Amino acid sequence: MLEVSAITQIFGGVTALDSVSFSIKKGDITGVIGPNGAGKTTLFNIISGIYQQSAGTVLLEGKDVTGLPPEKLARLAMVRTFQNIELFGAMTVLENVMVGMHTKSSSGLLACALKMPWTISEERRIRNGAIKWLEFTGIIDLADHTAGSLPFGKGRLLEIARALAVEPRIILMDEPAAGLNSQETLGLAQLIKRIRDLGITVVLVEHDMELVMDICDRIVVLNLGKKLMEGTPREIQESPEVIAAYLGDDD
Amino acid sequence: MQFDQILQYVLSGLSTGAIYALIGIGFSIIYNATGIINFAQGEFVMLGGLLTLSCLELLKLPLWAAIPCAIAVSTVVGILFERLAIRPLKQPTPINLVIITIGGSILIRGLAMLVWGKDTHAIPPFSGDTPIAIGGATILPQHLWILAITLLIIVINKVYFYHTISGKAMRACSYNRRAAGLVGIDVRRMVLFSFIISSAMGAVAGIIVAPLTMTAYDVGVMLGLKGFCAAIIGGMSSGISTVIGGLILGVLESLGAGLISSGYKDAIAFIILLLILFIRPQGLFGKADSERV
Amino acid sequence: MKKDLLLFTVFSIFIMLAPQLFSGGYLMNVLVFVGINTMLAIALNLLLGYAGQISLGHAGFFGLGAYLSGILTTTYSLNPWIAMPAAAIAVGFLAGIIGFPILKLKGHYLAMATLGLGIIIFIVFNETIELTGGPSGLPGIPNLELAGIIFDSDVKNYYLIWGFTLAVMLFSLNLSNSRIGRSLRAIHDSEVAAQVLGVNARLLKVQIFALSAVISSLAGSLYAHTMTFVSPASFGFNFSIELLTMVVIGGLGSIYGSFLGATLLTLLPEFLRAAHDYDIIIYGGLLMLMVMYMPGGLVRGIPVLFRKIVKKKGES
Repeated sequence: MLEVSAITQIFGGVTALDSVSFSIKKGDITGVIGPNGAGKTTLFNIISGIYQQSAGTVLLEGKDVTGLPPEKLARLAMVRTFQNIELFGAMTVLENVMVGMHTKSSSGLLACALKMPWTISEERRIRNGAIKWLEFTGIIDLADHTAGSLPFGKGRLLEIARALAVEPRIILMDEPAAGLNSQETLGLAQLIKRIRDLGITVVLVEHDMELVMDICDRIVVLNLGKKLMEGTPREIQESPEVIAAYLGDDD
Repeated sequence: MQFDQILQYVLSGLSTGAIYALIGIGFSIIYNATGIINFAQGEFVMLGGLLTLSCLELLKLPLWAAIPCAIAVSTVVGILFERLAIRPLKQPTPINLVIITIGGSILIRGLAMLVWGKDTHAIPPFSGDTPIAIGGATILPQHLWILAITLLIIVINKVYFYHTISGKAMRACSYNRRAAGLVGIDVRRMVLFSFIISSAMGAVAGIIVAPLTMTAYDVGVMLGLKGFCAAIIGGMSSGISTVIGGLILGVLESLGAGLISSGYKDAIAFIILLLILFIRPQGLFGKADSERV
Repeated sequence: MKKDLLLFTVFSIFIMLAPQLFSGGYLMNVLVFVGINTMLAIALNLLLGYAGQISLGHAGFFGLGAYLSGILTTTYSLNPWIAMPAAAIAVGFLAGIIGFPILKLKGHYLAMATLGLGIIIFIVFNETIELTGGPSGLPGIPNLELAGIIFDSDVKNYYLIWGFTLAVMLFSLNLSNSRIGRSLRAIHDSEVAAQVLGVNARLLKVQIFALSAVISSLAGSLYAHTMTFVSPASFGFNFSIELLTMVVIGGLGSIYGSFLGATLLTLLPEFLRAAHDYDIIIYGGLLMLMVMYMPGGLVRGIPVLFRKIVKKKGES
């Protein structure tokens, strides 16, 4: 599904990522973990086209997507969420998700402004699609609220609903459990599994080990910009190297 | 085209360039401390000139007393501006900051029009107007004053930023405001300081240029924009790069006005501004740093 | 949706009946300007209020429309109805080309760059004297003519201008409630999130910049053909600021707000005849006060204020 090979990122002389490679299988939930400063978010920013890496390639479904901007990746059915949820705060919850339908609609600027007949039916389709995803994530009752006024937990769900509206085949989530209480985290775990059941490949960066061990099929561990190991949750839990990295062993 | 004539253009370009440099450094200091481009920067240049005029004519002060007096009053306006307009802003988004500093700028300009009227005013040169011959060209004593005072201010700046505690704290803010706050630097005070320094420098620029070009309530617009252009060429540095930026701009403008067309003189600065922003937004001498834009 | 259409219909009827209510030649003349300024404020608002991209050079696009129309119909004796779209296309094309590099800039830098662009255009108006007449202006621009009616009186011009203004309003209202309008507002709130969802932010920003320039150009052409005379003084930096003030006072991102802002700022100087020279103090003060105390503009601020007052009365 997604193949990352030899990704290297250098920020002004500091190597944030050093030749990181791994591949992600279709339909899996994969966790990317590692101590602070391991380069997880940098890696996500590279895969999702927000940063340009210094070296290395990214293959999406066998296609070289290295250096493509995020909007192109969305059209190739890859989408991501952000650690500090990036909502469109001044818009309603429903409108937020409707923006997610952007790639699934095509009316241009003039057609919209002149309200051509086909834009009206397309608008209805966008609205219905958005409603479907709000129902899926369980926040349909908030549809008319302003996104900026949502509590953090609901905002997280909205961000996920909005990403799903793109109808991705792969979704990257940057610390989806950050800022959630334990109740919300449980709900999130269920939601992520349901997303996987839709046939969507899920990759997440996460600090909440319980969540990661619970839902992930495979885990990639990064430390100090390098891949430390990858394997099943059980293998990772039992690895002395991983434990050492987390406890700050420096022998 | 004779060499003498070109020399003449270059010499007068250097002194206007020095003015642009002073104004540009004012922009940079505030930008580095706050991330704000202060659209009202040019108004302090205007205030410097016109306040000196009032001190001379109304208060009958001698020139050596009128100048510090004008600088002091301009600085007070700078402090008021920061306190009343910038600090209370609840949503300091870039667009709000642009709008509020523009609002402040035209408010100050409008008030200046109330006080001094729409006429242009002249300030006597600091030490006569007997031209001095240099090679085949001549310059006025005021040109020398401009270059000397600019040099002096740049030196003072350097000493302040590198050898005093508050100067070092300001530099720390410009690298990373949050980190500076975390190590105990009072960032809000540094913001105020940056406005004090910038308004004072703007006023000085306005005072030393006034004897050459006359002054009026609306000179701040163009001078401010050209100062900004100098700062952009210099990559928003508050040091030597912006000085060079100002000098380049001054000389190009002077040559362009002399050799091409005086009507397009003002356009030159803006074409340079756009080209730099499009091609090298980090400035002529800076390394690529996309965060600036 | 239905409510929006109803509001617009009521508004249009009100506009069309207004000449019966406010008879008297001079006021009609002012209301013609309200129409032109509304169009310009909406154009800037599409860019600033929706897409969140500032421009301090819109007077330049307004002026380009006016001068192109003026020059094409006088020097080249073209029919005004051909000159107007020709000017709009040329201005849109220019804005599209400049839009790519200029909209890469953000915030303060974009403000400075557009300001510079506006001033360059202004200088060109002043200096290309053979073409524009320079500072003394370009006289003798023909009035528009349609089906034998020559638009040469204030009342006729009122209907002409407001016909266009209402069309621009409807056009912009449609746009703001559409896929494109939502994507623009999304860019305003979080450009990176919009891009991740597949919105080509860069292209869309350029498109709206060009559209905004086209509407401004159209307003410029109409201005030229109703005034029959243009001079650079109308298209300077101060007018760009005046437009900004209209948009901010009325309310960023609100089409009716732009109408409100344009109306207020066009009428204000008429009521303050004695203090005419000092209107810049008022603009400056208003801009600062609005940003500080009513950042949503009058359109959103007045209802909030009203509710507060009602609440206070209820308590006492």
